[in-house]
Amino acid sequence: MTTLAEEVLAGSRLALARLLTLIENEDPQGEAALDRLFPHSGRAHWIGVTGSPGAGKSSLVNRLAQAFRRPADGSPPRTVAIVAVDPSSPFTGGALLGDRVRMRDLSGDPGVFIRSMASRGALGGLARTTPAVVQALDSAGFDIILIETVGAGQSEVEIARLAHTVIVVEAPGMGDDIQAIKAGILEIADILVLNKADLPGAENALRTLRAMLELGSPPPSETVEGSPAVWRPPLVPTIATQNEGIAKLLGHIQAHAAYLHQSGGWQARDRSRLQTQLEELLQTALLKRWRSSLPEGQYQQILTDLQARRISPYQALHRLLGEPPLPQSIQRGSTALFNA
Amino acid sequence: MTERKIRVLIAKPGLDGHDRGAKVVARALRDAGMEVIYTGLRQTPEMIAEAALQEDVDAVGLSILSGAHMALVPRVLELLRANGQGHVHVFVGGIIPESDIPALLAMGVRAVYGPGTSTQKVVEDLRAAILQENHA
Repeated sequence: MTTLAEEVLAGSRLALARLLTLIENEDPQGEAALDRLFPHSGRAHWIGVTGSPGAGKSSLVNRLAQAFRRPADGSPPRTVAIVAVDPSSPFTGGALLGDRVRMRDLSGDPGVFIRSMASRGALGGLARTTPAVVQALDSAGFDIILIETVGAGQSEVEIARLAHTVIVVEAPGMGDDIQAIKAGILEIADILVLNKADLPGAENALRTLRAMLELGSPPPSETVEGSPAVWRPPLVPTIATQNEGIAKLLGHIQAHAAYLHQSGGWQARDRSRLQTQLEELLQTALLKRWRSSLPEGQYQQILTDLQARRISPYQALHRLLGEPPLPQSIQRGSTALFNA
Repeated sequence: MTERKIRVLIAKPGLDGHDRGAKVVARALRDAGMEVIYTGLRQTPEMIAEAALQEDVDAVGLSILSGAHMALVPRVLELLRANGQGHVHVFVGGIIPESDIPALLAMGVRAVYGPGTSTQKVVEDLRAAILQENHA
């Protein structure tokens, strides 16, 4: 009998789709299959696409996938998997996953696999199981994995820890130069795209974004074996609906991959991503184990005390952890704690 | 922590451009806590079956108002079976003459919903069918 993992490695798309569901549902069978598949992962280029809702992420992903399938420079086509994340309702847990609407050009191509994911309560722009889903697609042998985040505001920056290359998509009219120098989403861009570059205000937006990049970038430096020693995020205007600027964007993506390989950044990102993944798994598992070790009803009792304002959130925490409450008698400026 | 979500593909095969009904159903299923993959207008049966496969859905809802259901629906069913997804619960909504309903059910469609069906009924049928399947 062949296992699910073997079927995936043999190229079964049905098995792959089933596996992704098991992973999303955090089913132990999915974990077992991933254990088998993991040694086969680590070959694909993971490319994140993030930006505000309506900036044109899905349309851009559609065009990028087409460009990877039919490279303009005549190089061999690359296989492409797309993971498109949309938000789950915080109230019902349901989701409407609509990214495929913009990706109809890709249907019928056996070298493309599209999977929609609901965020299922995670807040960083991805679902908790997105890293494992991408790992499975990587193991299945796709060359390129495009990861489209939830329409992101300012701080959904988890994609920066996941992808090798992060593309941040902006559109004209999204804010002034103060927005552009705030910390957050623009900082994580390896490549900055101004999509809808034919709309009014595009010139202004380009100027603002360019100024922001110049403020933040180190001065041009020496090159190492043909690649820049320091990566300066390029700004690429595109009109995804008309396929404009896509070839140029693809060139920057390939240049970034080359830069990562030359600079050692590829391995560094891979190592830190695996560390992050382990730490997140650990947190989830420890929390689960700790909660199941609590005496029946204790959590509810302490929560009720907190909600009735009989104890403070910190007192509730110390009680749950079985720690003694903090001494009440610390005076301002007292050094008693340090002398103890 | 294992959580099983019902995943449904809502698709509009054929050439009519009226997707209000499809969107109303998609929204109702979303509000019932399901994950709804919406593919948009003018889908071929091949596109629908491919999306159903990649998304590993439990159910496919087809909205057809063009009168082409007797051509489109059997093709979708055939492709799903060919892909190893014969278990997928297929339901049809839109303008379907009464006289065609028995034939659609006989070919494997699980339910046909005409105008005026409450979205609550669609939700309940789907929940019941998928629950039953998981216990089978």
